[in-house]
Amino acid sequence: MGTFFHRRRRLTPYLLLAPGLLWLGFFFLIPLGFLGYQSLESGSYGNFEFTWEFSNFSNALTDYREQLFRSFLYAGIATLACLVLGYPMVYWIAFQAGPWRNFFLLVIVAPFFVTYLVRTLAWLNILADEGPVVGFLRDVHLLGADEGLIYTTFAVVSGIAYNFFPFMALPLYVSLEQIDPRMLEAAKDLYASSTQAFLRVTLPLSAPGIVAGTLLTFIPAAGDFINAALLGTPNQSMIGNVIQAKFLTSLDYPTAASLSFVLMASILVALLVYARAVGTEKLTG
Amino acid sequence: MTAWRFVTRHWLTVYAIAAAVFLVLPIAVVILFSFNAPKSNFNYVWQGFTLDNWIHWDAIIGIREAVVTSLEIGLLATVVATVLGTLIALAIVRHHFVGRSTTNLIVFLPMSTPEIVLGASLLTLFINATAVFQLGFWTIFIAHVMFIISFVVVTVKARLIGFDRHLEEAAMDLGANELTTFRKVTLPLIAPAMVAAALLGFALSIDDFVITYFNAGSQAQTFPMFVWATSQRALPPQINVVASAIFLVALAIGLANVFWQYRSAKRLRGAQ
Repeated sequence: MGTFFHRRRRLTPYLLLAPGLLWLGFFFLIPLGFLGYQSLESGSYGNFEFTWEFSNFSNALTDYREQLFRSFLYAGIATLACLVLGYPMVYWIAFQAGPWRNFFLLVIVAPFFVTYLVRTLAWLNILADEGPVVGFLRDVHLLGADEGLIYTTFAVVSGIAYNFFPFMALPLYVSLEQIDPRMLEAAKDLYASSTQAFLRVTLPLSAPGIVAGTLLTFIPAAGDFINAALLGTPNQSMIGNVIQAKFLTSLDYPTAASLSFVLMASILVALLVYARAVGTEKLTG
Repeated sequence: MTAWRFVTRHWLTVYAIAAAVFLVLPIAVVILFSFNAPKSNFNYVWQGFTLDNWIHWDAIIGIREAVVTSLEIGLLATVVATVLGTLIALAIVRHHFVGRSTTNLIVFLPMSTPEIVLGASLLTLFINATAVFQLGFWTIFIAHVMFIISFVVVTVKARLIGFDRHLEEAAMDLGANELTTFRKVTLPLIAPAMVAAALLGFALSIDDFVITYFNAGSQAQTFPMFVWATSQRALPPQINVVASAIFLVALAIGLANVFWQYRSAKRLRGAQ
């Protein structure tokens, strides 16, 4: 009886894990295997054959180099924009908002409450040629009479920045909110100016939030295709647009699968470069 | 002049409010244009106020079915993922076992993989096993459970870590068996985290487009898929009506949560 109880206790964690991990195994890990398998096939729709076709990868890289580069460029600019826009705002929420704190945090997550596609389409209303923004910019001659904002690189990058902003702001908030205000008082007592206190105390202490926010924003942004599809033209097409079209329109599964792997691998490389730059300790903890 | 001095003195506040306006502006536009009476098929430019879109929200063919499908998949996937995710969280926090870090990795990976790769890889499974899977309602359901589980694990884990194991030991000492202890002590304590995880999961599910789009086939259509398909040829204001309604419900829940936190913080202060 005692040993039975003991054995059951040792089995308990595996029984708890089994259903969830089986689900993730069958529908996350095994599909990645299928994606790899499909990426090495050749032939056309209806009769794909597994032939270790590694040339799919080199072809994908040369044919869609431009879209891949654009994905990383747009994701990079959007991530930077989120950081520049988000940091001062979140700093204010963490240190100066007082009773308004929760309200402003709600404002940060509020866009998530509106269906992704619909809030992206709203930018078409805002940036429409007949709309107030373009009208104003034309009046002050920042835009020519026949120039607009929709279906431009600007619209696509702004859309990405807008859609993934909470992924930047929330980790930033978590790291800034944890800073003990007495640290800043101590810095002031030691005759640091507010700029010095910020640069030498607040900024380094919020570094984990900057790192986490950058990753959480960059990864989904690099794989996004909705902003480019809705707010851009084929000239703004990103790697996600190609993968989507190859998978669902032209049914060229091997190319689409190898592009998906290229996307994942390049994100991994970008992460490693970034990790090297900021130091691995900050990345993991 | 005084306005300028206010700005220079409080530039950070002004900046934060400007950023907040940037975040809220598209939401306001979505709601505003749900009351628009557009002259063309595309609801881009303000023409005039009307309540017709709200009264006849399902006047567009397919929109009602799409909303119903979204709700059904959201509810089903959330329930299943919340149970599976909670069990994983319990195992990770409460037990020491071989393979714990691997488990953590498997849970973390789906969250750090781009959605398009999640959607695409699952599609390659489904199209290579057509004998078992036909693209449609159930493949969407499978996909949603898959990507929600990780978020549930993270949410419930955070709550479990800060929770006093002595309470359970006390229950066991008082003669409760494991099942009773779980039902009467553990479950009530983690219930708020499960509710939070379920709300998050439901929100993720009804908002998801990319993964759904890859795994839906032509038989089933969720609301985001409806928006995508429609946006190629028209943008009826009814889309804004549904999106506004979803937003208002989510906002009500968010506000209730803020209010509840505020009240419990006040009560805590009063008790001290």
